Amino acid sequence: MLLMDREKGFAAMREPADGREPVAATPVSPMVIADAAETDRIAADTVGDVTAKDAVICVRGGNVHYGETHALRDINLDVGRNEVIALIGPSGCGKSTFIRCLNRMNDTIESAKVTGDFRLDGQDIYARDTDVVMLRARVGMVFQKPNPFPKSIYENVAYGPRIHGLASNRAELDDIVYGSLERAGLVDEVKDRLDEPGTGLSGGQQQRLCIARTIAVNPEVILMDEPCSALDPIATARIEDLIDELSQKYAIAIVTHSMQQAARVSNRTAYFHLGRLVEVGPTDKIFTNPSHKLTEDYVTGRFG
Amino acid sequence: MAAPLTPAETRRRVDASLRRRYRTERLFRLYGLISVLLGVGFLVILFTTIIGNGYGAFRQSFVRLEIQFDPAVIDPDGTRTPDVLASADYSQLIKSSLRQLFPAAEDRASRRELNALVSSGGAYLLQKMVLADPGLLGQSRDLWLPADDEVDLFVKGSVPTGAAGSEQERLSAQQIGWISQLKAAGRLELRFNTTFFTAGDSREPELAGIWGATKGSFLMMLVTLFLAFPLGVAAAIYLEEFAPRSWLVDVIEVNINNLAAVPSIVFGLLGLAVFINFFGLPRSAPLVGGLVLTLMTLPVVIIASRAAIKSVPPSVREAALGVGASKMQMVFHHVLPLALPGMLTGAIIGMARALGESAPLLMIGMVAFIVEVPSGAMSPATALPVQIYLWADSPERAFVERTSAAIMVLLAFLLVMNAAAVWLRNRFEQRW
Repeated sequence: MLLMDREKGFAAMREPADGREPVAATPVSPMVIADAAETDRIAADTVGDVTAKDAVICVRGGNVHYGETHALRDINLDVGRNEVIALIGPSGCGKSTFIRCLNRMNDTIESAKVTGDFRLDGQDIYARDTDVVMLRARVGMVFQKPNPFPKSIYENVAYGPRIHGLASNRAELDDIVYGSLERAGLVDEVKDRLDEPGTGLSGGQQQRLCIARTIAVNPEVILMDEPCSALDPIATARIEDLIDELSQKYAIAIVTHSMQQAARVSNRTAYFHLGRLVEVGPTDKIFTNPSHKLTEDYVTGRFG
Repeated sequence: MAAPLTPAETRRRVDASLRRRYRTERLFRLYGLISVLLGVGFLVILFTTIIGNGYGAFRQSFVRLEIQFDPAVIDPDGTRTPDVLASADYSQLIKSSLRQLFPAAEDRASRRELNALVSSGGAYLLQKMVLADPGLLGQSRDLWLPADDEVDLFVKGSVPTGAAGSEQERLSAQQIGWISQLKAAGRLELRFNTTFFTAGDSREPELAGIWGATKGSFLMMLVTLFLAFPLGVAAAIYLEEFAPRSWLVDVIEVNINNLAAVPSIVFGLLGLAVFINFFGLPRSAPLVGGLVLTLMTLPVVIIASRAAIKSVPPSVREAALGVGASKMQMVFHHVLPLALPGMLTGAIIGMARALGESAPLLMIGMVAFIVEVPSGAMSPATALPVQIYLWADSPERAFVERTSAAIMVLLAFLLVMNAAAVWLRNRFEQRW
């Protein structure tokens, strides 16, 4: 019923071209008009190829509601193996919501309701028999703010392998910890102080520690939610190099507000706007020759 | 729209408001300082009163007497069975010893006055010695026996030495004379009052001790700690982390908050009805006292624990869930260690309140006059605050200083308990 009112709302808005106030058939609140008008401007269908070769994650018709708010609308998107996909868009457009659906971190938000088909290697992420602990072991996550555990550096990295029983003895666990720290490019800086608290490291080191902690569980996909937003340019550059290396082995979905970062690290880029996926394509195409007007406005810095 | 302010006008307006702002700040600081000083002042008055009244109780007058363990008095038939030894009249030994010291007291009245110098508890002391070592019979020993409470007060100078022999004076001129003779002979002196720290309650102030009540309180606190802390923390974790959001949980939450404000005597009534009348647990037992105090402390622990759990940053939870920890692992590996200091603080507050509580204990019979030091959680006992109440209510003047001394013991108990909790909290406190 509400949807029909909205349709009438934009029908009325589209007609007058002479600047007169549109006359709506039914009274519609200004908020709804703005929202509906904006939504209308965005094509319902995503521009570009949403599929990926050898997809590890496959989302069709993904919707998320936070209570009354419709945060994510009909998202179709694949993430390929050994691919880095950057998710860009203005604040509140649903990019973080999208990646949090992929390891069910939205389960912790009570009002969140997720519908649609989310698959990891063909297995339904939201199926009743999917174990969320197993899912999160396979889909790791790095958060916006570095959040090492208030424990030693060693314990931070060892925690995941230990709870999942990945190492059968101390030597194997040591190997996993050293290997993960090495791949996270942190081992040289911390190898002599593994028993010091992880929270005592600098911001960039903490974030690399969090990445080491994530890869210690040997996931298939790594989700990164603005991993560099709290870091200085030098620390950011190190993390970006790291993402480059990690992409040899993992599928990575990274949310970022920095378009330069998206351009530097990703193979594909997806542009989100007001809960819709507007355009997906190879990163160089999105930044040099976007097909959609909204994408162009955003990447050229006209808004956002 | 009004014309923009000139820079000079802006400065003038800011300047005017600045002075007002500084004035309110100065006033506020003054109020704060006054309140702090008032608080400190009352604390100083409280402590000087208590310590000034109570320190005397830590010392007690003793009389040195040559006691002849005369077999003719203790065991005239020579049976030497414990029954006979226990029922003998040991006060006779003290009386004869005193008579030897002051042979001048011949009539009944002055003999009675003479005998009143030494505590009636002296006889128990001798009885205990003989029961422990029957070989004492026939020997003589030089012993320090506790003086009577009135003598003790006189020696400590707590009694106004106005008109000797007047109505207010509890000691006769003759007795005062004997006291000075004993003092001069080195047979009367103030010594450390071990009885006060080792004995249970007594009708005689010089025999009354705080140890029975301290042990009763200690046992109760033990019961309370081992029930209220785990139960409270478990309830808080369940409500905060696992319980589904529903109206039922809201109702429980409101009720817990209300329970924290329920007058403590109501918990005493509840304990009487449930633990004693329904479950048939013994009256006056520290176990029942501990259970009642647990009921009283639980809401405080739950509320503080929930607040502590809530204050754990969500980033730590996300980090744990992000690497695939189950909810249980997240709570026990990450949330609980970080929340523990806050939970301990809640437990300290709850336990401190429980320690000082007397009203609910009155309802479950812990106000009874109990001489024995409790041997366990099921034996009859009393608690420190109840003991203070009982002594404050006693007519003997010597209980005045013992009341204050008992308050000092209670405060010391509280300090030790809190210090232990603070030490624990600092051990568990972690930065994040």
